[in-house]
Amino acid sequence: MSETREVVVRESGWLKVLRLVGVPFISVLLAMAVGSVIIAVTGGDPVAAFAALLQGAFGGPVQIGETILRTTPLIFTGLAVAFGFRANLFNIGAEGQLAMGALAAAWFGLLLAGLPTGLAIPLVMLGGALFGAAWAFVPALLKARVGAHEVITTMMFSWIALYLVSWIVTGPLSDKSGIPETPMLSSSVWLVTFDKFIAGIPPVRAHLGFIIALAAAAVVWWVLSRTTLGYSVRAVGFNPQAAENGGISIAWTTIWALCISGALAGLAGASEVLGVQHRLFDQVSTSSGFGFTGIAVALLAKNNPTGVVFAALLFGALAAGSGNMQLEANISPQIINIIQGLIIFFVAADSIVTWFIKRRQRLALESKVVADAE
Amino acid sequence: MSVLALREITKTFPGVVANERVSMSLDAGEIVALLGENGAGKSTLMNVAYGLLAADSGEVLVDGEPVRIRSPRDAIAVGIGMVHQHFMLVQPFTVTENIVLGQEPGRFGVIDFAEARKRVREISERNGLEVDPDARIADLSVGMQQRVEILKALYRGARILILDEPTAVLTPQEVRELFEVLRALVDSGLAIVLITHKLDEVMLAADRVIVMRDGRVVGETTPSVTDERGLARLMVGRDVVLRVERGSPHPGDVLLEVDDLVVDDERGLQAVRGVGLKVRGGEIVGIAGVDGNGQRELVEAIVGLRRPKSGRISLKGREITHAPVRETIAAGVSHVPEDRQRRGLVLQFDLAENLILGDHARPPVATFGVVHRKVVEDIAERRIRDYDVRTPSWRVLAGNLSGGNQQKLVLARELGRDPELLVAAQPTRGLDVGAIEFVHRRILAERDEGKAVLMVSMELDEVMALSDRILVMYRGEFVAEFAAGEADAERIGLFMTGGTTREAEAAVAGGGAG
Repeated sequence: MSETREVVVRESGWLKVLRLVGVPFISVLLAMAVGSVIIAVTGGDPVAAFAALLQGAFGGPVQIGETILRTTPLIFTGLAVAFGFRANLFNIGAEGQLAMGALAAAWFGLLLAGLPTGLAIPLVMLGGALFGAAWAFVPALLKARVGAHEVITTMMFSWIALYLVSWIVTGPLSDKSGIPETPMLSSSVWLVTFDKFIAGIPPVRAHLGFIIALAAAAVVWWVLSRTTLGYSVRAVGFNPQAAENGGISIAWTTIWALCISGALAGLAGASEVLGVQHRLFDQVSTSSGFGFTGIAVALLAKNNPTGVVFAALLFGALAAGSGNMQLEANISPQIINIIQGLIIFFVAADSIVTWFIKRRQRLALESKVVADAE
Repeated sequence: MSVLALREITKTFPGVVANERVSMSLDAGEIVALLGENGAGKSTLMNVAYGLLAADSGEVLVDGEPVRIRSPRDAIAVGIGMVHQHFMLVQPFTVTENIVLGQEPGRFGVIDFAEARKRVREISERNGLEVDPDARIADLSVGMQQRVEILKALYRGARILILDEPTAVLTPQEVRELFEVLRALVDSGLAIVLITHKLDEVMLAADRVIVMRDGRVVGETTPSVTDERGLARLMVGRDVVLRVERGSPHPGDVLLEVDDLVVDDERGLQAVRGVGLKVRGGEIVGIAGVDGNGQRELVEAIVGLRRPKSGRISLKGREITHAPVRETIAAGVSHVPEDRQRRGLVLQFDLAENLILGDHARPPVATFGVVHRKVVEDIAERRIRDYDVRTPSWRVLAGNLSGGNQQKLVLARELGRDPELLVAAQPTRGLDVGAIEFVHRRILAERDEGKAVLMVSMELDEVMALSDRILVMYRGEFVAEFAAGEADAERIGLFMTGGTTREAEAAVAGGGAG
């Protein structure tokens, strides 16, 4: 009997490694394989296309800078969605929380421009996080108090946020230029680009937001694995009834988890405003899609903060390299969208695969249980 | 010649040999008990005979002829019927409809209900299995539903009847009635296999006992030449203490006091109707009752999982009526929940994480919201050692432990916290003899250390073995109270099913006279 137990334990350990690293990796390869077929069928050369993609994403300092630039917000939104998932909450409205974070940055950035940079930037970023959290708070409260499903409420709140920003950039915070945008922020609150402090590289657009994003991933990892809050979040995510029996309030944990998720999405928006656009544009017409790509990032990363960084890097590289693919290999950038879609599909398929493996195990176990039913 | 014979049956599941060259035979007119612990392979063997599982090798003989049984349909065709632990009845249908289901009399798709009812009545009278053919299943007691299952098998012409743990859901009275029915059935020529792990039932009902352990038959005997102790030794492979030694209690101060408590269930119906109880330190109070009579709601209210409608709960004089779980834990309440997998453990957590659930937010495990890994690991290692959780390390996920080890894990956490009051619901459900002994010893040890213990169990034996006082719960109220010495299963059983004091006394008097 003890021998059989050992087998189960070892098998699940091996499965865990496979699930965390192997299967996402295979899904990416599969997606690229299918993408190659599509490229070939549409008359392109897959090898040239992917070579151009790699060149465009990692071919030099400028290209790497572009990849980092596009990776940065995806780390934040990926972390946001992953944190929610850990508590078994699907924050589908990261897009709106991001918009609120961007709004906070554009507004506080104007207000606090007089402060020293070292003080102003942390304050503005904090404002972005708070606005994002606040936007997640109402769905969180509704979920905790009356059980309203967060997929519906965060989604609806997302639309409210986008149109609210639309109105603000044309009204209260408009720079009166006729374009729906806020006034340009003073450069004292900009997140500086890497070429400003790394000698010898050409001007790049990648900015300090990337470092903040990496720090956020580290903090999320620490919170999840080393704090009472993270413990509660995971317990509620896995088994709310057992969590409740251990004195964990499901309602409070839900509220905290969704608000932290919103705060991370808010940071994405603030980082984009301070680091890239330096002002806020209309979000309805120019929506970034970072919030939604964040869902794919979290899925590919299996909600693991370290995984989020790498998954975001992958999606960032795809986005950065697609332009070059079009130029060099004459492949439509829509192919990149297709590959992204395929990755998500194969990630989902991986769940199907693991589901099958688990089901087989469970069936075996069940028959064993039937076998020795008490 | 035996009516049923199994020869050299081998059945493996990935990584497990459930049956290894198992042979047995069954004669008409006898009840054979198939005895063994969880995992011994008894149900596997019978599922092979009934066609639910395909054996890797070996053969099944009916009346001496080899038969191929690939599905329950094949089994029924050769006269084998099986009653599962979980009944397979259509709740809104009547008894008659359920019994004839699949073999309805009539023609051209039109069921002849008059004929069906007649046949059901006939079979039920012939076998002494009285049941109202027109009653709806949903309105019947569990014992009656089981009777319908047996009738279903008989209606299909079963000459060999397999019953899988048939007494698990019955009251003592129903168990006795069932055994009388089974005896009558074998007297009329049937052959019966009784799958069980309960020793007293074997002694009471079986003509012959086949004991299985680790997928093999390890012994065969008759109740007349052995006793429960001998059976347990065969079953477990070592000497087992069946009923742990219980010294006399030394009750101290009242620790838990419940007054006029009213608690609603999920549907908003009154599940607990104004009950009161006191539990002293150094005392085990056991609550007996049939499942669903308000025990769950009472326990949940005491530990803080459910808000009482009215009434008062206090621990050491401090009111905890509306305290949430976090506060009741801090006040000194530990809870061993009835469902360890759903309420007791986070199966995806490792053992260390499970062992701090409830302590995760306070010193020494955590200060200012930061969990101290070293402390957690020390606690985990200590509790795993103290409570003999069999595992290579605390890094193993709780879901990978066996049922007995999972329960030890829950006990390690709840008792390791050094509570004032232990509330244990169904503490040995689904455990085998060895694990039951361990759990009972630990609960008694808590009492002897001066802790108050409130235990709820559907197993009357367990309540009687451990409790210093027994309360019987029926429809949300305590209908009787017994001191440890004066309780007998018959009387408690009657109160459990709604009997009155007068009936209980009459029953005991009648039993004494007869």
